[in-house]
Amino acid sequence: MSPISRGFHRRRGPDADPARVPPGQYVTGDFPVLSAGPTPHTSLDMWTFSIVGAVDESKSWSWNELQSLPQETVTVDIHCVTKWSKLDTTWAGVSVDALLDGVDTSAEYALAFSDGGYTTNLPLEDLQGGKAWVVSSYDGEPLDPEHGGPARLLVPHLYFWKSAKWVRGLELREDDEPGFWEGYGYHNYGDPWKEQRYAGD
Amino acid sequence: MSAPLDGNAIGGQLNEVFGTEMTAATAVCGNCGATGPAAELAVYLLSPGVVGRCRQCAALLIVLVTVRGITCVDLRGLAALEPGPAGS
Amino acid sequence: MERAAVRGRLTWQLANVVELAAETARTRTIVLEPAEPLGHRAGQHVDVRLTADDGYQAQRSYSIASAPDDEHLVLTVERLDDGEVSPYLVDDLRVGDALELRGPIGGYFVWDESLGGPLLLVAGGSGVVPLRAMLRHHRAVESRIPLRLLYSVRSLDEVIYRDELTRARPDGELDIRFTLTREQPDGWDGYARRIDRELLADVAWPVEDRPLVYVCGPTGFVETAADILVSLGHDAGRIRTERFGPT
Repeated sequence: MSPISRGFHRRRGPDADPARVPPGQYVTGDFPVLSAGPTPHTSLDMWTFSIVGAVDESKSWSWNELQSLPQETVTVDIHCVTKWSKLDTTWAGVSVDALLDGVDTSAEYALAFSDGGYTTNLPLEDLQGGKAWVVSSYDGEPLDPEHGGPARLLVPHLYFWKSAKWVRGLELREDDEPGFWEGYGYHNYGDPWKEQRYAGD
Repeated sequence: MSAPLDGNAIGGQLNEVFGTEMTAATAVCGNCGATGPAAELAVYLLSPGVVGRCRQCAALLIVLVTVRGITCVDLRGLAALEPGPAGS
Repeated sequence: MERAAVRGRLTWQLANVVELAAETARTRTIVLEPAEPLGHRAGQHVDVRLTADDGYQAQRSYSIASAPDDEHLVLTVERLDDGEVSPYLVDDLRVGDALELRGPIGGYFVWDESLGGPLLLVAGGSGVVPLRAMLRHHRAVESRIPLRLLYSVRSLDEVIYRDELTRARPDGELDIRFTLTREQPDGWDGYARRIDRELLADVAWPVEDRPLVYVCGPTGFVETAADILVSLGHDAGRIRTERFGPT
């Protein structure tokens, strides 16, 4: 056990209702940029979002097609596994329910995939029922590339590593395939309220 | 803001994992063959784990994830990682 | 003289804070006495770990500012605005406190005489810290290797080790040049801009001299300097870089 550094304490964030802060988290007023690789830059006329895998027919939308789907604005709290939480973040985009509408599948799992090679896995039901979006705007502005723009997945009820930046699609799967961080020992599901940070938690 | 640091920034962690100083070790990218000291890898630290990439082609070379005191080390992206020349 | 034996695994140890000194408005020098002498080489760094009373820990790396020949281990820390560790070290740490650290770390961004020269040290802001260790070591061993330091900094007020670096030298071997990028004092006749190709071409040793180059500072600065030096014809293999940034 290390000796205590006299007078040192973690950075204090803004005060927050403890009922909104999952165990082990602290609230920040910033929006930290976490990244495991260079920021991709895909031009919008080459960009597509696809649903592939255990489906009869893949579906794909160009940027313009995605933007012309019904857009929703949501305000949610987000929780990063590196312990910061940010409350009342506002995003706009297309609900994953709208994207899955009409998709016939027996898949129970999804693997989200992104430019740059990042992947993350989720049970398909965690992407449905108003729990997930493909968002292209944050705080009223187009989503900054450093925060995942042009579009990222938003799944606020799970740790934020599941909200894949630079998302390009979902691969629907009958079996669960661990994504990038899950393969290195992060929790397969990632519920912040049960503090499921690592496999075995 | 997401500009990576370099292998110097993980010198301590690499020493911890390998038991010896590694920043002067020669890393060979398994994807493009770029060769250079581990100190020059593009290192992403603001992340759930430590990621080291090839500075030329951005291929994933090293991933370090510490869970409950145990560090998982993935070196699959490297074609080679050899101790540096003596005295370097 | 080579004091460092081949070390095994790094271990954490405690170092007593014996002296503190403000260098600039945002940087402070911390003089330490580790329980076990580090035996470091110029350019190496230490990892510092702070522990709060609730068990929370934060760890950062800091370049060693002292030469291996100096009596104490010295760090110089810059306060980052939204930092977690640096404000503590710069504002709160007191003489008599104990700092947990491990080191020395690094075998690439190091210089000693056996590596030769001529030396070109290029510092951006607090990147001057490990280069100052090299400078002090160079002086301590009375090296005849030609050495030139280019220090890019916003204003004279932000120059770290200002007295030490601006002191007149009897020998002609050390050549220290500043570029003040944001604000210059009246009558300043030195460089007054961010580094660019022309400035580096001016300051760098001729390509045929095959200088050994050390560049340290923020990532953008280091990449700009290294790219320019390579484009001027310098051997990329003789340019060593260390990037500083938030962690």
